Amino acid sequence: MNALKYPAFWLTIGLVAAAGAATFITRSPTLREDMFLLLMYVVLATSLNILLGYTGYVNFGHIVFFGLGGYVGFYFMSRLGWPLWWAALAGGAASGLLALLLGMAVFRLRGAYFALATLGVNEAVRAFINNFKPFGGPTGMSLNFAVYQDYGGAANALWITFAAMFGLALLSITVSYLVKFSRFGLGLMAIREDEDAAKVMGVRTPWAKTQAFVLSAIFPGMVGVLFFFKNGNVEPGDAFRIHMSIETIVMVMLGGQGTVLGPVVGSAAYERLRGYLLTSDLFKNLHLAVAGFLLLIIVLFVPAGLVGWLRGRFPKVRRWLQ
Amino acid sequence: MAEQFFASLADGLLIGFVYGLAAMGLSLIWGVMNVINLTHGPVMALGMFATFLIFSQLHIHPYLALPLVALLGLLFGLATYFIAVHRVINAPHLSTLLATFAVNMIIIGVGTTIFTTTPRTVDFDMGRLQFGTVTLLGTRLVAALITILVAAGLYLFLYRTRPGKAIRAVANNRAAASLMGVPTARTLGLAFGIGTMLASLAGALIATFFPFTILSGAGYEMKAFVICVLGGLGNPTGALVGGLVLGAMEGIISVFMPNTWVPVPEFILFVLILLFRPTGLLGAR
Repeated sequence: MNALKYPAFWLTIGLVAAAGAATFITRSPTLREDMFLLLMYVVLATSLNILLGYTGYVNFGHIVFFGLGGYVGFYFMSRLGWPLWWAALAGGAASGLLALLLGMAVFRLRGAYFALATLGVNEAVRAFINNFKPFGGPTGMSLNFAVYQDYGGAANALWITFAAMFGLALLSITVSYLVKFSRFGLGLMAIREDEDAAKVMGVRTPWAKTQAFVLSAIFPGMVGVLFFFKNGNVEPGDAFRIHMSIETIVMVMLGGQGTVLGPVVGSAAYERLRGYLLTSDLFKNLHLAVAGFLLLIIVLFVPAGLVGWLRGRFPKVRRWLQ
Repeated sequence: MAEQFFASLADGLLIGFVYGLAAMGLSLIWGVMNVINLTHGPVMALGMFATFLIFSQLHIHPYLALPLVALLGLLFGLATYFIAVHRVINAPHLSTLLATFAVNMIIIGVGTTIFTTTPRTVDFDMGRLQFGTVTLLGTRLVAALITILVAAGLYLFLYRTRPGKAIRAVANNRAAASLMGVPTARTLGLAFGIGTMLASLAGALIATFFPFTILSGAGYEMKAFVICVLGGLGNPTGALVGGLVLGAMEGIISVFMPNTWVPVPEFILFVLILLFRPTGLLGAR
C-alpha cells in the first residue's frame, strides 16, 4: 500500500473526483449525462490498459465484456428481480468467467494468437446472444418501468447509477494503480518487455496473463449493467458495438498506454474530440476514419501517448505523472 | 435430407476455395513478416466494390476485370506497407496490429461515407451444372477454378522466380537474407502487396456470389483467421486446405441450424485448434 503515498496517484484520483464532485454540486442533469459517459469511458479505458498497457497484449474485443456483463446483469434484474448491486456483481462475474476460460485456452500461446481470439469472440458472442431465446434474441429485453420505484423514482435512479459509475471509476483507477506497483504488476510489465526473460525470472506467464485479462474484463462487465439499467433496455446492436472497442483502444493509446493517468486523459480528450467531430458537418460520417488516422499517427510517431511523451520529455514531472 | 446435405456440402466446398484464397494472402504476410494484417477484411470489401464499380460503370465482365482488381490490390498493398507498416516492422506485435488496424478503420470510415451501407450485388448469370440432385452454380465453379490457377501461380512465383525466392529467403531469416544482398524492404513490401492482392481477388470473386456492403469484409476476415490457424499460420498450402475444411463445415452447419449461428461453431473450432493443435492441422514447422 506504499504506492498510495505517491503524488501521482492523488493527482489522477483528484481529477476524477473533481469531475464527479462538480456534477453533484451543480445537480445539473446535462452535466450528469456528459459525465456519466465520460466516466464510463474512463473505466473502460483504465481496465483495458491493464492488459494492453501493462502486459502488452492487444484486446480487440473489450466491449464484448461490456455487452455480456450488461446482458447477464439485465437478465437478473428484469426476469428475476435482483437489485442493481447484485446484478452488477453478477455481470462482472460473468465477464470475468468468460475471460478466465478464454485466457486459459489461448494464453499458453504468445503474441498475435490472443489478438485473433479477441477479434473472433466479439462475433461469436454477438451471434450467440442474437440467437439465444432467454435473452430475447435480436429484440433484446427491457425493464418494467416500475422497477425504478425501488430506487426512489426514475429521476433518483439516474443519480444512483451516476454515483455507482463514479465509484466504479475511482475503484478502477485505484486498482490500476495498485496493480502497477505490485509484484503482480511488475510481472506483467516484465512479460511486456520480454516474455522469455520474465519466465526465466519466475513469472508464471500464462497464469499472470490470464489474471490480468480477468481483472480487465470484470470492470466492463459491471459498467455494462449500470449502462443498460440506465437505458432501460438492452439489445445486441447496442451491447456489442465493435466501434466502442476500437475507440477504447484509441483512448488508451492517445493518453499513454501503461500509465495510470493516460487512459483518464485519453478518454477525456477523445470524448471531447468525438463530440466535436459528430457535430461538424464535414466529419459527421468520417469520425471513424479520423480516429483511425489519429491512431496511426500515434502508433507510428508517438507510441508512448501523451502522458508517456511528457514523461520522456520532462523527467522532472515523472513523480506526478504515472 | 441427404440431397440437401450433399447440395449444401458441394456449395460449401466451392466457396471454401475462395475463403482459402483470402487466407493464403493473410498466411503469406504472416509467414514472411510476422504481421497479422488487419486490413485484410476491408481490402476484400474494396475488391468487391472495385468489381461492382467496373461492372456497373464500365460494363466490363467481372472475370475480365480481375487483372485490373489484382493490380489495384497490389498497389494498395505496397502503399499500405510503406506508409503504415514499414516504420514499425521491427517493433512488438502490438504496434503492427494497431497500425494495420488503424488503416482498417480509415478504409471503413471513408468507405462508409462514400458507398453507404446499402447492400450491393454484381448481377450476372453463369448458368449451372446439374449432377443428379446436386446443382452447382457456374459462378462458384469458375471461382474455384480461378483460385486453383492463382494458387498455382503463387507457387510458381515463390519457387521459380528471383523475387519469389527473395521473399522465401526473407521469411526464413531476414537478417541473413539482408547480408546476402536481398533488398529486404522492397521484398517485404512486395510480399505485403501480393498478400493484399490475393485479398482483393478473393473479394472480387465473393462479389459474384453474395450481396455485400463495405462492412462485409470483417466476417470474411474472421474466416480467413480461422482458416490460417486451421492450416498453420504462415503456410499458404495449409490455408487452401483449411479453406476447404471451413467451407465444408459451413455447408454442413447450415443444414442443421440457422445460418446466423455460424460464427459460434467457427469460433469454438478456432479455440479448440489453438488448445490442441496450435501448429495447424497439417502440423507445419
